Amino acid sequence: MSDQIDEGLRSELQKRGVWVTSTQELYNWGRKNSIWPLQFGLACCAIEMIATAASRYDLARFGGEVFRPSPRQADLMIVAGTVTKKMAPQIVRLYNQMPDPKYVISMGACAISGGPFKQGYNVLKGIDRYIPVDVYIPGCPPRPEALLHAFMELQRKIDGQKLTGQDKASHLDREQPSEFPVPAFGAHDLEPPSNPNIFRPPAIERA
Amino acid sequence: MTPDPYFFLVIFAGVALVFPLLPLGLAWIWRRFLQPPKPGPQKNATYECGVESIGEAQVQFQSQYYLYCIIFLVFDVEAVFLVPFAVAFTGLPFGAFIAILVFLLLLLEGLVWAWSKGCLDWARMRERAR
Ligand code: SF4
Repeated sequence: MSDQIDEGLRSELQKRGVWVTSTQELYNWGRKNSIWPLQFGLACCAIEMIATAASRYDLARFGGEVFRPSPRQADLMIVAGTVTKKMAPQIVRLYNQMPDPKYVISMGACAISGGPFKQGYNVLKGIDRYIPVDVYIPGCPPRPEALLHAFMELQRKIDGQKLTGQDKASHLDREQPSEFPVPAFGAHDLEPPSNPNIFRPPAIERA
Repeated sequence: MTPDPYFFLVIFAGVALVFPLLPLGLAWIWRRFLQPPKPGPQKNATYECGVESIGEAQVQFQSQYYLYCIIFLVFDVEAVFLVPFAVAFTGLPFGAFIAILVFLLLLLEGLVWAWSKGCLDWARMRERAR
């Protein structure tokens, strides 16, 4: 594993043309440079996502330009836009249909918390109520640079994932679920309103 | 001994086999020993843009549209001949006039026949099935 390779020795070897690596590094290096996002957008933020993928900002520089039209081939779900309660079950189902390892970027105020529509009756107050989110991008909408930054953050996260041990990556852990329950339409709200296993709202502290 | 001039084909076939099989094999080994499979009812479900699929995939469509296509030809071919006929109308000899009239009547007869057979009713098949 990478922490067993002495950094000094490694750079010394590199100067002589010998490259030392580990399976974990090689694995993560390959994964982080070929993240295929799922091609779907929900609202205005999706326009910024399109701009990011197009030639001016060029997500291809980070290996993430291959937007897949099917969840079966995607690694990353960019929740770009307002998640209405009508749309939330579909998003969770799409997430469930993605093969492991899979990651989620929650793009924009809407996807994080409902954003400008937080008081609305039909908008989900954050997609992290149902699926685990890896990177949050604040903004309304976040600029393409912000999405690129989130992408690089995700790459950093993938790079640090462990193959073995207690804190190994969740897709390698037999205990970690790969599917999450899809909410259903209730009388007044989605049922259940959130998945208590993954959604822990911050406790409000009053002085 | 010079190698067979087609020997490169053997090399080519070998590379063409190894090139895809090696990564697939590596991926298989990886999956087998390192990554636990996590199938589930939704992951294995049919992908329909996130919506739950309804009913069977093997449904029957009505194939009635072809009748409309054929009848459409009546009007289409008619128009192709009718336009030059109308343009040259004043200069036509009597025989040509009769000929085009016969042609028009033939097509009209076909249309009437199709009509009387009920080909213009869209839901004919369903009516019959009932
Ligand atoms: S965060 Fe702002 S820009 Fe993004 S989807 Fe919501 S309203 Fe639109």
